Parts: sequence; structure tokens; C-alpha cells
Amino acid sequence: MSRKKVSGLAPWEEPGSLAGRVGKGGALALIVLAVLLPLYTIVLTSLSSAETVNRVGGLVLVPDGITLDAYRQIFSDSVVSRAVLVSTGVTVVGTAVSLAVSVLGAYALSRPGSLFHRPILFCVLLMFVFFPGLIPTYLMVASLGLKDTYWSLILPSAVSAFNIVVLRAFFMNIPHELLDSARIDGAGEFRILWRIVLPLSKAVTAVIGLFYAVGYWNAWFNATLFIDDTRKWPLALILRQYVVDSNPLPTATVGVSGFGHVAPPTLAIKMAIVAIAVLPALLIYPFVQRHFTKGVIIGAIKG
Amino acid sequence: MSADADTRSVTEARPGTAQAGPAVARRSAFGDRLRRDWPLLVMATPMLVLVTGFWWIPALGNVIAFQDYNPFTGGILGSPIIGFTNFAQLFGDPQFIRAVVNTLGITAFQLVFYFPVPIALALLLNSVVSGRLRALVQGIVYLPHFFSWVLVVAIFQQMFGGAGLIAQILRDHGHSGIDWMTNSDTFILLVTAETVWKDAGWGTIVFLAALSTIDPNLYEAAAVDGARRWRRMWHITLPGLRPVIVLLLILRLGDALNVGFEQFMLQRSAVGSKVSEVFDTFVYWSGLRTGDLGYGAAAGLFKGLVGLVLILAANRVAHALGERGVYSRS
Repeated sequence: MSRKKVSGLAPWEEPGSLAGRVGKGGALALIVLAVLLPLYTIVLTSLSSAETVNRVGGLVLVPDGITLDAYRQIFSDSVVSRAVLVSTGVTVVGTAVSLAVSVLGAYALSRPGSLFHRPILFCVLLMFVFFPGLIPTYLMVASLGLKDTYWSLILPSAVSAFNIVVLRAFFMNIPHELLDSARIDGAGEFRILWRIVLPLSKAVTAVIGLFYAVGYWNAWFNATLFIDDTRKWPLALILRQYVVDSNPLPTATVGVSGFGHVAPPTLAIKMAIVAIAVLPALLIYPFVQRHFTKGVIIGAIKG
Repeated sequence: MSADADTRSVTEARPGTAQAGPAVARRSAFGDRLRRDWPLLVMATPMLVLVTGFWWIPALGNVIAFQDYNPFTGGILGSPIIGFTNFAQLFGDPQFIRAVVNTLGITAFQLVFYFPVPIALALLLNSVVSGRLRALVQGIVYLPHFFSWVLVVAIFQQMFGGAGLIAQILRDHGHSGIDWMTNSDTFILLVTAETVWKDAGWGTIVFLAALSTIDPNLYEAAAVDGARRWRRMWHITLPGLRPVIVLLLILRLGDALNVGFEQFMLQRSAVGSKVSEVFDTFVYWSGLRTGDLGYGAAAGLFKGLVGLVLILAANRVAHALGERGVYSRS
């Protein structure tokens, strides 16, 4: 968002009272702390040795020595490393499918007056107001034979009406003279989309891509519904079973006994799994964050 | 032709003008339009296939709510139609009634204790003078929105659970720790706290955008007239936010039956179904877990239809209040 006042006070603005400013600073510090403190202790605990975790009797606030033991143990065990692979694969493929389908669909919908424009738009907008329900969706996935396949984690949630509407609103804002001139030069719709519309919409496409990617990475419920085979579990299910419910990991079914023989610092391992689950969001986030406002607001206002 | 169509994106809501070009023919034949627009139809096809497969067909699959559905003997085509028996049974099911009561209770509670938080946070952020600091804090508070519910529940467990950080600190100081994660009496506080932690920061985006559109001249004029900070907030900032607040409030009401699915599924076993059973978890347990698919589908369909009515009604209220509404145009 654009603001004229980047720093300092406007000429007519009087500075707040001292108490006000202290209160405000304190409130901001508390808010930031509430977000960052849990992440800090989780990462720190995952990096601590078993002795440290035992001595403290729980989460570690002050480190004494850093060790990668927990991570080493996780990645030598096929259950968690498999789950990371599954989640990564589903996220990459799913995001690619979702983005491609949404960009193409949104572009088609950004051209009012085209053939079947209204019925297609109607189809998409209906998704906003009515959710067909869990059980019919489950039956559909089952009858397509998608159970226990990775596609069951991708296809049912591949299209988001909200994301399409946001993209469409953005595409409609592109000056039509630009598209006209390309058309006069003989460019077809696909070329116009690829060469003109997409390069102009990098920001919003990146944000929508992030939304889809985060959705796939975090998806847990689809996996509980559709994936019975523990070898195909995504990381979110491991997180649920092992960290939230404290059930033992299904090592037996995989035939690897990573957590079996050494007495493991379970809490450190748990926290390492949490840290791995958080990591991708933290990595991509800084690159996309500055586009949020633009992307989201366009959706909110033009939607 | 299509170029003309683009210029009309502003007036698209008016039917009948779709083919009117300034100097060109009034109407072109279906064949001409097909020749012109087929690439667009090709582009829309993958989307339409997915929407058909995972929206339309499941939506029609709701007929099993009216059947004594048996996947092994008949499937959808062969199961006997039993009319509204499933629904009748539903309204006499104390578990279902409890799910409805819990859902509405949580919605009401969060309307009071969650809804104002992003507004307050946006006002606080907006009052931060340094642009850099504001951007930094914004970046940090958006973050939890991108964590999954599994992760949020795991994090809360590590903070507030029986073996968590708070209990640990309390024990170190000689108090007995409380396990908030399994306490059914405070469950509603817990889920609201989780929602605040996860989404309050993200929720500020739309309010911050609304704040940035308020004309600074208004503040200056008010300051010249002698209005100090609080008066300016009351008479300029809050009225400026009014449309967004009203819109989101209406949306929330239209969404009253959706209190979040995963959050409750995840914590159901820890606090018991008595307080954590909501609409969606009821559908899951009554339908998929016990295998009575027709019954679960009836509950799901009931929820979907009530939700549809609520959304349409909320949108109508928005229009009546002179707000833009949600589905008015697009």
C-alpha cells in the first residue's frame, strides 16, 4: 500500500503522551513476542541434546550447546524423511497444477462477452456459496479410484474459487489497449497470456502460488480421509500422530527401527519435526510477503 | 470484437450489451463467436473438469442423504429412497443438537472475542509512526496464518499443555501446573486463543488497506478544528473503517456454521466430544466413522443449505445497508 508519510509526524500531528508511547511500544513488543517466542523455543529445543532437554524437563529457553542429533535421527529414519518427500512432491506438483488451471481459467473468465462467459463464471461463483459436503466428496474420490494415491491429496482441492476470482480481478485491470495491440500483431490468446498478461501479474501470481503451496504443505485432513497406507503419509499426518497425539510412529510397517534402539530425546525429535514443518513457510515467506497487500486487497475489493 | 468486450469490463453487469461494438455489427453468430473464443474455452476446460468432478458431481451426490445408502449392495443408483427419514432422525439426535449448539456458541463467542482483535491490531499498527517498524511488525504478525492447524495445536500444546512451557515454569516456582489443552471447561477460550494467534495478524490486512484510503486532509482539517488524537480516531478513522467492518461482520454471520474443521478434529480426543463436537466433526464421525454415509450426508447437506441461505441473506442485508455486498457483481 502506498502512504505518503513514511516516517515522522505530519505537521498537524502532535506526539503522543509518554505513557501512550510506552504503552504502545509495550503492546507491540508483547505481540511480536507472542508470535516469536514459541518458534524460538521449538527451534532451540530441537537443537538441544537429550541431556539438556532432560535436565530442563521440557522446552529449552536458554541453550547450552547446539547439536543436530535430532535432525540426524529424523533423516536417518525413513518414516519422517519419506513424509517430507511426500509433502514436498505433493506441494510442488499440486501448486503447479493449481496455478496452471487457475491462471488459464481466470484469464478465460477475465474476458466478458466471450462465449459461455456467464455460465462458466456462474460455475465458479457457486463454489463460494455452497460446499457439497464431506461425504459426497469422499465417495467421489473413492469411486474415481484415487484413494491411497497422491492425486487424492491434490485434485479435490486443486481449484479455489477465491484464488481464481483474485487472479481474474487482476487480469481485468490490465489495460486492454495492450492486449489489442498484441492481437493486431497477430498474437493468439495463449501467447497474449504468456507474454503480456503473466509478466504483468507476477506479484499476484506469486501470492496465489504461495497460498496454494501453503495449502498443500499444510493439508492434513485430506490425507486422513484418503490415505490409509502409512508409507504415503505426508508430514502433516506424522505431525498429528506423533507430535499432537503422541502416538508412536508406524516404524514397523516401514521396516525401519529408527526410533527403536537408542533412547531418543523424544521431545527434541518432536520439536525437530515441528521445525521442519514450519521451515518452508519461513523460507518462501520473505520473498512474497511484500506482495500480500496488493494481492489480497484486489481480491477483497474487486471480488 | 474481443477488444470491444474488454472495454466493457466496467459495464459487464448489464446484460444484452455483450456484443454491441461501436462501429461493428450488433450481433455475431454463434459460429463467429466460437471461432473467436475457442482458445478461451480451451483455457477454461481444465478448471471446468475439476469443478465438475469435485463440485457438481459431489453436489448431486447429496441424493444419498435421501437414501438408505449402502455402498456394497446398491451404491447411489441401487439404494432405496427413504425420503426425509435421515433428516427426521437427525433432528432427534442429541449428539447433533449438541453439535449445532456448540457451533453457534463458538461462533457467538468468537464474534465478541475474536472479531474486534484484528481491528484493534490494525489501529495499533496504523498508529506506529515509523514505516520500517510497522512493516517489520506486520511481517511478523502475518506469519502464523501460514502455519497449519496441526502445527498451531502442536505449538499450543508445547506452550500450554501439561508438559508445556507454562506448566513447566509454574512447577519450577512451586505451583501445580494446569493442563489447558485437556480442560473441557476452558476449551472455548483455548480455541479462541488459537484462532487469535493464528489469524488476527492476517486479519489486519484488509483493515490496514481501508485505513490507507482515508484522506489525510480529513485529519488535518480535524486537527485545525482542534480535534486531538482520540477525537480524530473516533470521528475519522472509525467511520472510515465502517464499510469494511460491516462487510466482514455480515460475512462472518453468513459463515456462522463454519467454525473451522481441523482445529476441532485435532482436539476432539483431548477434551471430549461434549464441548468440541461441531457441525463438521459431526458429519465426519456420524458418516465416515460409523459408516452411515446417508445419515452423515444428510447432516452435511443440511449444513450446506443453511449456510447457503445465511450467505444469501447476509449479502442482502449488506445491500440493504448500502454496502457493496459480496456477490453483487463479478
